[in-house]
Order: sequence, then structure tokens, then C-alpha cells
Amino acid sequence: MTIELRIDGVPIEVEDGATVLDALQLAGLDTPTLCYGPNLTPVNACRVCMVEVEGSRTLVPACSRPAEPDMVVSTNTDRVRHSRRLVLEFLASSVDLSVAPGVGAWLDEYGAEPSRFGADRATVGQPVKVQDDLYIRDYAKCILCYKCVEACGVDAQNTFAISVAGRGFEATISTEFDVALPDSACVYCGNCIGVCPTGALMFKTEFDMRENGTWDEDRQTVTETICSFCGVGCSLELFVQDNRIVKVLSPLDHDVTDGHLCIKGRFGWEHIQ
Amino acid sequence: MDIQLLADRPTAEERAAVDEVLGPPVSSWDGARQRRPVDEHVAFGGSAARAGRHLLLPALHALQDAIGAVSRGGLNYICERLTIPPAEAYGVAAFYHLLTVDAPGTPVAYVCDDIACRGAGVADLLGELDAGREDGTRIETSPCLGQCHAGSAAYVHRPGVPAHRVGVAPASAPGVLGALRGNAPAQAGAIPVPQPVTDRRVLRRVGAVDPASLDSYREHGGYAALAWAVERGPEEIVAEVEASRLMGRGGAAFPAGVKWRAVAGQPGPRYVICNADESEPGTFKDRVLLEYDPFAVIEAMTIAGLAVGAATGYLYIRGEYPLAEERLRAALDQARHAGLLGPVSMSGMFDFDIEIRRGGGAYICGEETALFNSIEGYRGEPRQKPPFPTEAGLFSRPTLVNNVETLVNVLDIVSEGGAAYAATGTESSTGTKLFCLSRDIATPGVYEFPFGITLGDVLEAAGGVTGELAAVLVGGAAGSFIGPDRLDTPLTFEGARAAGISLGSGVVMPFAVGTDFADITRRIAAFFEEETCGQCVPCRVGVVRQGEALGRLTTGRSRTDEVALIDDIARAMRDASICGLGHTASGAIQSAIALDLIGVS
Amino acid sequence: MWGSNAREAHPIFFHHLLKGVHNGARLYAVDPRRTASAAWADVWLGIDVGADIAVANAVGREIIAHDLHNAEFIARATTGFEAYAAAMQPYTLDYAEQISGVPAEVIGGLARDYATAGTAQLCWTLGITEHRSATDNVLALINLALLTGHVGRWGSGLVPIRGQNNVQGGGDMGALPDKLPGFQSVEDDELRGKFEAQWGAPVPPDKGWHLSLMFEAMDRGDLRALYIIGENPAQAEADAAHARERLAGLDFMVVQDIFLTRTAQMADVVFPAAAAWAETEGTVTNSERRVQRVRKALDPPGEARDDIAIVSALAKRMGHDWGYPTAEELWDELRSLSPMHAGMSYRRLEALRGLQWPCRDEEDPGSPFLHGRLWAEDPAERGRPAPFTPVEWIPPADELTTEYPLRLTTGRRLDSYNTGVQSGGYSSPRRHGESLDLDPEDAAALGVEDGDRVRVISRRGSVEAPVRLVRGLRPGLAFMTPHFPDDVDVNSLTIDVWDPKSGTAEFKATAVRVEKVG
Ligand SMILES: Cc1cc2nc3c(=O)[nH]c(=O)nc-3n(C[C@H](O)[C@H](O)[C@H](O)COP(=O)(O)O)c2cc1C
Ligand code: SF4
Ligand code: SF4
Ligand code: FES
Repeated sequence: MTIELRIDGVPIEVEDGATVLDALQLAGLDTPTLCYGPNLTPVNACRVCMVEVEGSRTLVPACSRPAEPDMVVSTNTDRVRHSRRLVLEFLASSVDLSVAPGVGAWLDEYGAEPSRFGADRATVGQPVKVQDDLYIRDYAKCILCYKCVEACGVDAQNTFAISVAGRGFEATISTEFDVALPDSACVYCGNCIGVCPTGALMFKTEFDMRENGTWDEDRQTVTETICSFCGVGCSLELFVQDNRIVKVLSPLDHDVTDGHLCIKGRFGWEHIQ
Repeated sequence: MDIQLLADRPTAEERAAVDEVLGPPVSSWDGARQRRPVDEHVAFGGSAARAGRHLLLPALHALQDAIGAVSRGGLNYICERLTIPPAEAYGVAAFYHLLTVDAPGTPVAYVCDDIACRGAGVADLLGELDAGREDGTRIETSPCLGQCHAGSAAYVHRPGVPAHRVGVAPASAPGVLGALRGNAPAQAGAIPVPQPVTDRRVLRRVGAVDPASLDSYREHGGYAALAWAVERGPEEIVAEVEASRLMGRGGAAFPAGVKWRAVAGQPGPRYVICNADESEPGTFKDRVLLEYDPFAVIEAMTIAGLAVGAATGYLYIRGEYPLAEERLRAALDQARHAGLLGPVSMSGMFDFDIEIRRGGGAYICGEETALFNSIEGYRGEPRQKPPFPTEAGLFSRPTLVNNVETLVNVLDIVSEGGAAYAATGTESSTGTKLFCLSRDIATPGVYEFPFGITLGDVLEAAGGVTGELAAVLVGGAAGSFIGPDRLDTPLTFEGARAAGISLGSGVVMPFAVGTDFADITRRIAAFFEEETCGQCVPCRVGVVRQGEALGRLTTGRSRTDEVALIDDIARAMRDASICGLGHTASGAIQSAIALDLIGVS
Repeated sequence: MWGSNAREAHPIFFHHLLKGVHNGARLYAVDPRRTASAAWADVWLGIDVGADIAVANAVGREIIAHDLHNAEFIARATTGFEAYAAAMQPYTLDYAEQISGVPAEVIGGLARDYATAGTAQLCWTLGITEHRSATDNVLALINLALLTGHVGRWGSGLVPIRGQNNVQGGGDMGALPDKLPGFQSVEDDELRGKFEAQWGAPVPPDKGWHLSLMFEAMDRGDLRALYIIGENPAQAEADAAHARERLAGLDFMVVQDIFLTRTAQMADVVFPAAAAWAETEGTVTNSERRVQRVRKALDPPGEARDDIAIVSALAKRMGHDWGYPTAEELWDELRSLSPMHAGMSYRRLEALRGLQWPCRDEEDPGSPFLHGRLWAEDPAERGRPAPFTPVEWIPPADELTTEYPLRLTTGRRLDSYNTGVQSGGYSSPRRHGESLDLDPEDAAALGVEDGDRVRVISRRGSVEAPVRLVRGLRPGLAFMTPHFPDDVDVNSLTIDVWDPKSGTAEFKATAVRVEKVG
């Protein structure tokens, strides 16, 4: 079954069960998203993907809203642009987005001026958590998109080592009682790194190379191969710089992994370095 | 589930507290200290073991009550008992202000410093308390405690088995310090219902009926409505509620009949929830009903359960309402004993029972979808709608959520018939409405008027404003200020809408000339900063940026820019937030600016 | 899940399993330990080590006794039911309880839930196969699937999960004593002839030895030279000290590996190889028969060359110049010889991110599950019926006595892998080295605490390790891993009694005693 809806005046057909975002993508519209992940249940928390839907009092998150027959969606109204701009300003004024892919372009596109909230505005700035040799957590870069919590939890790993704790602006991603990661339930699958949209969670290799100024994406190749350990056959994307593996992801749309790995596939490559 | 616990073990006290809620553990896999021979070869886990998640908040409360904190060992034990990963349980515990996480347990007094009590020297009170408190006790400030008529209030929690939990209002320093030591509070003042009984309908039993006695409730006509309802059956009850055109009294003003019809039409199991989380600053009407007419709430919930075909109802009560909770628990026991709950045996038989859930100190949990998450044992974060609760609510099942006042109205609707009920009030606002008057008013309290009365008449009926009126806050922190030139505004849903305001939960709070509105609006801004769940970006960051801009505005550092900035922020919060908190978090502040109330202080 | 701790050993497979659990599937775990996997189960059946057949047979008997078997499927697609039913008679629930320790009613519950489920799968790994009754263990489970018709249908089936990224592929490619690539029998003249024609050389018509037979042949002196590619038998074999003796007795040994493993250190010649998964091109086959591409991302270090180059160079020295074929050329040759791989061109493998065999031509979408033919209406399509094979329970070979009272079983931990050659390379915050995992009650009886060093002694050898007290065991049951053989050579304890049908040794059941050190 298909559904027809109108997007910015243009009729679009999508499969039943598709979201408005699916329809926007089909229509070729570039929609900013941060908390959305194709391999995760939508939490619609970041609110950068908002669109206007006729008949709805407030704007609507495209990422989670199912498409309905005859829906009339607008993406380029003043309301939509205002909302996206403000949300991006809210984020950029409180979080370090310097290494978040794509966000710089959206800030330009929506004319965001984070500095207008004043120099002494509150931020989530805090020291980086380096607690082991595998990955770091820099919550000064965290937009609280819940993706890591979902990947650690019910959407993939089901370990539930982290959760959102506290509330409001003070809320953080935390282990129980904020114990260090090695003391927590964390099994180092690194699936949180795989989904983090801002670089708050980062391979230690990447973190160290950035600190040393040697991280250079232009010199990196990405090769898809299969993990060398158990018989599940997980697909790996090896990021290689100067003949060394610098990080490992998995394709989000792969049937075997859905983009998720275990500690061996994610980090178990030192033996060939 | 392969949960991994920290090394900390529970003390005997912590075990006992948790076991009191969950019952003793059976298998050593679920926390029993002794391993039975069978445990060496069998364990039951899986979805059945995880099904007790909704007992998380009650179990956390049990720890907090017993030892004054959610300790590591205690949390571990709860997690083991309920198969909950500790990080998740921690995330839940750390969400609630009334739970003390990972700190030593102490007696604590939460002292209201919100907009109503702020008029009455709260700073002095806090100073006295701080000077007079014993070591090992804590004094904390609190948002509105729902005792606004008293002018000052505290909620005191002293851990123990049982814990000593009391409201102190009005709150004097000796009274609060005494409560911290475990003393019973001095006899509470008069019931804050100033109107003569003849002028009251929903409130008519308040003060007359003995809240501790089912017999007394029956003598006052109690359970006649349920008898009628049982005789007529679900379809007719729903039809009467529809005919009454009753609108929800919890703030969103949604037609009750539409909800009842929708839930009744969905496949079961279905749930009924009474929203008694009353936390809107300036609101105390539901507390009065709960404390002084608890059987009415229970009877109304039972009718709702019968009407929509639910077997279980949850009554979610604000954590700072210990007296109401105590009276409700006692009333539930009596009703069960009398066959009016559990298997209800009247002329027809049906199953309906009610569980009480105590909130943990979170305004947002009054939002209906946050309330579902709270009951289910998750963080009290609202859900995006649709789906609506009538379709997928508590435990993702069709759920009827109504406010306390809404439900109590149903008793008269069933007894008199919906059409007769609708004869009172106006076309679009039927029946009577409870208004909460406090602050600069001669006789504060809960008042009941047929819809149609104007703002000015309400103030007049309460003895008039003390001093010269500067503005009235209608609807609470989520509402808006209205100027003295608009006293002719009718306090109906349609009248409010026409005036660009919202009745909200029925707060009518007049402020006299001389009020420091800079301070009041900053307190309102701070309220939202403290109470936003933080889930969605526009609200989480928006309320902070709003507070900062207001701070600059009211300390004279800049002016016009800030107003434009606040408007920009407000628009994004209204358009893009998930829930009503974000949608309404700017209303009061913007209206105060528009009325030019805010000076520089 | 039967004898599988997939939560740790196959974590991403377990993700898929948990999706089912969250969708309401019931999970039973049969395992001596209450593992991380078993902790997810609705019901954990903590059997005594080696009781599998007794329990499986009792499940079968119970299903038949309650008339819950799928009579229609049995009649249409199987043979030998009557004999099976008769053979199961002694396996009452009570008898199974006696052998396994699991209460009769719990085994009965498993039987009823399995039989009445709309779809059901039996998943297993080495807990089933590392026993001297390995093949019989598997047959006992297959019988249950045949009994209920939980096979050959979407959502139902038998799921052995492969331990290594390409054991399945190794078998596919003919690395079996009796098979040519594509599971074609060497003893079949016609099939063998096809290969001989393509290769222009005769292929020995007799089946060869599997690993355990090779080691016996070394003892007899019938096997004098060995070419080992990517295997570390000096540490991985049961009764490892004995295995090393045998390897040392060879006239000549060549080892081709990416590391100078313990085995390589014993070799006469070592060929340094490139890591197949990141330094060469090729394919691997996973547990679900999905063939996927591996690709070269890195240059191999030093003189290491890829396996094709090494074998080609070796052939050249032996007088056969094959040139240096690419991986794709070799693969295309395989496709021309192995019908089940015929449809898997590199182009398709890349575009579709893998294909599951059989995949017979370039239109074939591959096969998500096997044995669907058993459900076919048409007898011709249905083909040979599946036979029931009644099997009898036998206890583990390494007997528990007062001298060796503890049952030691082995398995993997999440962050480590086999003998640690690959996984030892990275620093896992969760790794704590080898330990003897014990139940607190046993530890108390021995007078040891968490962290104390103990000596673990079996009839074949002894090792020293620190004690770790864990939940998930019970008195009499201990656990170790093979991951740190350089520190603690656990396989010097294990017994090399092996399954005559598969050649797998009984790694899972060793009798030991534990003594406090110092
Ligand atoms: C932030 C927030 C807090 C709320 N708090 C309450 C509350 O304490 N009590 C209440 O009845 N409704 C509250 N509501 C409204 C509920 O979401 C819901 O609309 C109401 O309980 C429905 O009952 P009614 O239809 O009888 O009014 C709140 C809404 C929001 C957005
Ligand atoms: S750490 Fe990354 S993935 Fe996790 S909530 Fe923050 S931004 Fe999102
Ligand atoms: S609007 Fe505010 S309170 Fe509501 S969900 Fe968003 S952050 Fe939470
Ligand atoms: S991407 Fe839609 S709300 Fe975040």
C-alpha cells in the first residue's frame, strides 16, 4: 500500500509506514537531523527536523511522524525556518559542535547566530572523560540526542550501561552513580560511538590524533570488509590513515549488523597494526 | 537480562524497605540470600521478570522513606529484584527531586519559595530555619507546594519506618523545625473553602463529610452515582458524559466525553488514570478534594473504569501531598472491604481496582504522557503525540486520563443526567469551576462558581484584592498576567480564549501594586528551568536562554534586544517543543513584559 | 539456546535474537552455567555437563506422550519415527532430572512450549559439539525439530552458530577430509572427474583424515610432514602438551600464519602471511551461509604475502606455474565447479552485500533458510525424507571421582577469542586475564577467596590461576577459557577423547581438583 501526501505543494508517494522524513528524502529535500538514526527508534528530541503540517497546532518532527494520506507538509515556511534556526542556535550556544559533521552548513543555511545569547551564557562545558584506551567521552560536545543510550539499550546492544540522568539543562549521559566506564556495565561494543552525531564519543585513536594534530580525513581511506573473529560475519568499515587503522564503523544498512558491532570487531584490530 | 550490578550490597534495613513493596524474594537469582537447591539448576527470568518495572518508583520511594536516600546497595537490590539495569534505575532516581541519590539520608524540609509564598517573607523564614536547624538536617527551597492559601508552606520528610512525612502550612520556623524532629504538625488551619456550603456543588461535601469514613460518605449521598451507573451500563454513562459537555479541568480543556468514547471504543486492556499530580504554581483545588472528599474521587474513578471497561485504575498523587495520600489509602481499604473495589459487587459485577502511585517531585509528571512513563518506571519524560493516550497510553494501551476535579464532576453528571448538568454555566463551558485564590486577596481559598462569572466578580467574592491591583496571574506559571483593565473578562474557556489567556488549572492570583514583578517573573523562569524534563532541545535550552535574557532585562543590562530575543525563544519553544511545558513556558513572562509590569530590580 | 553463550561469543547474532525477545518470543537456555545469554532467558535449565542427550530425549518423549508432535509433517517428510518413539521410552522426565539435575516439570515445560510454538528455533554452539557425543548431541536436537516440524520454515529451524569468521567458508571450499568444494564428495567419480578435468590433474579418490585422526596418524608414524595454514594446534588442541609432543615428532612442518604462534615457533619453515580480512581480497562465509567480500585495506607488514601468492609461489617451486591469479579469478573457477555458489559473482556479492548459498544462478536471490523442500506438496520436490536418528545418552569420559571431584568446563569470554592470538592485541578494559571461575560455596570449602592463586589439576596436567568468584555456577562446576595459553595453558588439562563421527574433542568436560597455592 502506498500513501500520497503533498510536500511543499508537490505530491509524493511513500510506502505505508513511512515517516514524513522518508517522504522528504524521497522528495530530495535535505532535512537537518541530529537525533534521528536509520538504525534507531526515533526519539524526536533534538527538534531540528521540524516541519509544518496543515491542521497541526505546533510544528511536527519529520523523523518520527508517520506519513498520512493527504497530509500537507511545508518545509520552507517562516515558522519552520525560525524553529530550525533557534534550535541550532540553542545547540551551538551551549554545546561544542566543532567536530559535528554537517552542523556547520546548517548553521549557515539557517542564519544561526549563537553568540546573540550573550557571552556569559550557560554551556555544558566540562572536562573530557578518558577512562580507558578504547574511547573517550567528551560531554562538552553532547547534545543529549539519546542515540548512544538507545544503541547501548533496547535498539541494539541491550546492555543499558548508560542512561540520561538528572533533568533539564543539568541532564547528562551517565553510568549508574556516574562510576567510571570500566566499573560500569559497559561492554565496549562502541555502538554509542557509531551513532553519536557530534563527536562527543570518539575512538581514543581519533582523539589522540586530533590532540596531536595528525588527524587528517583527506588522507583516510574507508574499506568495507568482514570481521575476523566469530562466525556472525559482521561488516566493518575500516578507516585507514597512513596504513594504520584509525577507527572502525559498520554500515548502518547492513542486514547482519544494522551498523552495530561488538568489542572485538570494533576494537580488536591492534594485532595487525 | 544480564544486568551487571556494582559491588555494593544492601543493608538489612534497605532489603526490608524494598521487600515491603515487592514482597520477599523467592529465588537466589532474584535477590534471596539463601540459595535453594532448585536454584542451582533453574532460573526464571525473561519478560516475566521484567514485568515488575512499574514498581521501580514505589521501591525507590521505599528506600527514600526508610533511609532518606537512594543508596548504591539499595539501588542494586531493587535492580536485582526487578531486573532493571542499574544505570537506568539511576537515571530514573536522579530525575526526581524528592529522591536523594547517593548522598547520606537526612531529615529534610522543602520550603516553598514560589510566587504565592514569596509575598510573605520567605527569605526571613529560610534564614530562621537555616540558623535553627540541627546538624544532619537539610533545608531546601521548593516550587509551589499547593498550600498557597496559607501564605507559607513546607513539606517535611524525616526518614524512618514508617517515614514521617508532613505538610506544614502556614510554615513557621518552630513548626518546621519541630516536624524535622518528628513532631506532628500543629492542627492545620481551617479548610480553605470559604464559601457557604449552599454555594458549592463539587465542593459540597468538603468539610461536611468525614474523609475517614465510608459510612459518612454514604450518608452524604456517596455511591449513589455508582449504583446508577452500574444499573445503566457503560454506554449510557459515556452518553451522559458526552451530553454534559464537560471539559477537562486539568489545564488542557479537552472535552471529557470525547475521551471516554474514544477509550471505550479501543480494544482492551484499558486503563484509567486519575491525575492528582497537581503542581501548577498557585493550584490547590485537587488537594482540597483529595483530602476532604477522597471517596468521591474513588467513586468517580470506579465509574470511569466501568464506563470505559478498565480493570485497573492508577491514582497518581503528588509526592508532596502526604495527607491526601494517607486519606486516599485509608479510603481505598475501606472501599475494598465494602466490595466497592476489587471485584465490585453491586447489582452487576465488575472488576475494578485502584493503585496509588506517589510522584517524586516533578511538575512535568502531571503531563499525561510523562505520567505514563513515570508509572511504568521510566524517566518522567513526555511522549510525542500522536499516538494519543486514548489509543496508546499507559503500557501502550488505551488510557483515560482525567484530572481530579474533572472526575468528581462526573458524579453529578451521572446522578442528574448530562443535560441537566449542562444547564449550569455557558454553552461551551458547562457546570461549575474551582478557582484557587491566593496571594494579594482578602480571603484566599478554593472557590466554586458556575461558569460565566467574570474575573472581577471572582476577586470580589474572595473579599477583594489587598491593596491596589497591579495584575492577576490567571492559570499559574503556565498561564498569563492580565491587567486591571480586563476585570470584565469572563472566566470561561471561550472567554479566556477570546482574551488570549488560558484558565489552566484555575489559578487566580492577584498582585498588588508594589509587587516586584522582576523577581516574580524570574521565579517563574526559574520554575521552568528546574522543572523542564530536558528531553527536547527547544525547551531544555530555551528556558535557560529565556532565564538569562530575563535576568539581563530585569537587572537593567539591556532592554529592547532582550524582549525581541525572548519573543524569538518563546516562538521556537511554542512551535517546536514536545509538550505543554515548553509550549507555555514563556506565556507569563511575555504577558508581564507586554503589560510593562517588569521594572528593573 | 542450547550450549551456546552467544551473548558473549556471538554478540551481534544475539542482537537479532533480542529483537525477537522484545517482540515477545520466549527464550529457553539450556546450559550448565547461567551465562549472560541464559540470564536473558524466560527459563534457564542448568543441566549438569554432558546431560544434553538425556534432556533432549526426554523433551522428545514428552512431546510424543502429550501428542504434541506434528504427525502430518512426520508422516510426509520423515522416516524412522516409530523406532525413535520406541527408543525414547526410557527417557522419562524423572530420568532426565536424575541425570541433568533439572526438575522434571521444567523440562516438561520446555517440551510443551517448544512443541506448541508457532515458530521455534534451536540454536547451539560448542556446548553441544565439544563432547565425545558431539554428533549424537546434534542428532538429538535434529530429532526434536523433525518431531515438531520446526525446520525448513521461515522463523523455524536448527541454528548452529559458527565459531570463526570462516569455518563455514573453509568447509564450503572443501577443507574437509571427504569433500571437494561445494560439499561434493571426493568419493563420487563423476564429481571428482569434474574437478580433475578443470585442474588437469588427478585428485586422490579416498577421503582423508580429520584433525583427530591426523594426530593419531602422527603417533603411528603414518603422518610425517604437515603444512598448517592459520591454525595454532600447539595451544588449541585438547591435552595440548600431548599435541605438542606429536608435532615435535614430525619430520617436517610448515606453518603459514600472520603471527609467529606457538605452533609456528616449532615449524621448520614459516611463511609469513597477510591478514586475510584486512590485507587481502577474497570472500568468507558466515554462520547463515552468507558469502561476503573481504577487502584489502592495509599493506601487509614486511615480507608477508597473501595466501594466494604464497601457495602460487610454492606451486611454482614445485614446477607448476599458475601465475598469480586474483581472488576473483579463483572465485570464478569455484563458481564453475560448485553449483551452490554459481550465482555469486563478485558483482552481485558487492551490490547485495553478500548472498546466502545455495545460489545457483545470477537470478537466484540466495537462500535464507534450508530444507524448505520438506514442506513441498510434490513428493518429487520434497525429495529424500529426513531420518529420525535415535541416540543414547553417555556420560562424559573424564569421570568425576573423589580425587577429581570438580567438573571444569570451558568457553569464551566477550572480549577475547580462541587462543588470544588476535584478541590479545588490544587493551580491553574488561579483560582480567585467565582465572578459575568458581562458585562461592566451593571456594569456601577450599578455603580460598577471590583473587587467591590455586593449582588446577586434571588427570593429564595442571595449571596455576587466580580464583574468581562468580554467580552463574554452582557447587561442583568450574569454568576457564582457552584465551591465555601463554599464561595458563588450560588445554593441558582437557581430555583428547573425541567424537568418532566428527573428530571433535571433549573440551567441555574435564574432571579436576583444585588446591590452594602457598
Ligand atoms: C507540564 C504539564 C503539567 C501538567 N500537570 C497536570 C496536573 O498536575 N494535573 C492535571 O490534572 N493535569 C495536568 N496537566 C494536563 C494533563 O496533561 C492532562 O491534560 C490532564 O490530566 C487531562 O485531564 P482532564 O482532561 O481531566 O483535564 C499538565 C500538563 C502539562 C503540559
Ligand atoms: S554522547 Fe553523543 S550520542 Fe550520546 S546523547 Fe550525547 S550527542 Fe547523543
Ligand atoms: S517541552 Fe520541555 S518538558 Fe516537555 S518534553 Fe520538551 S523538554 Fe521536556
Ligand atoms: S531528527 Fe527529528 S527530532 Fe531529532
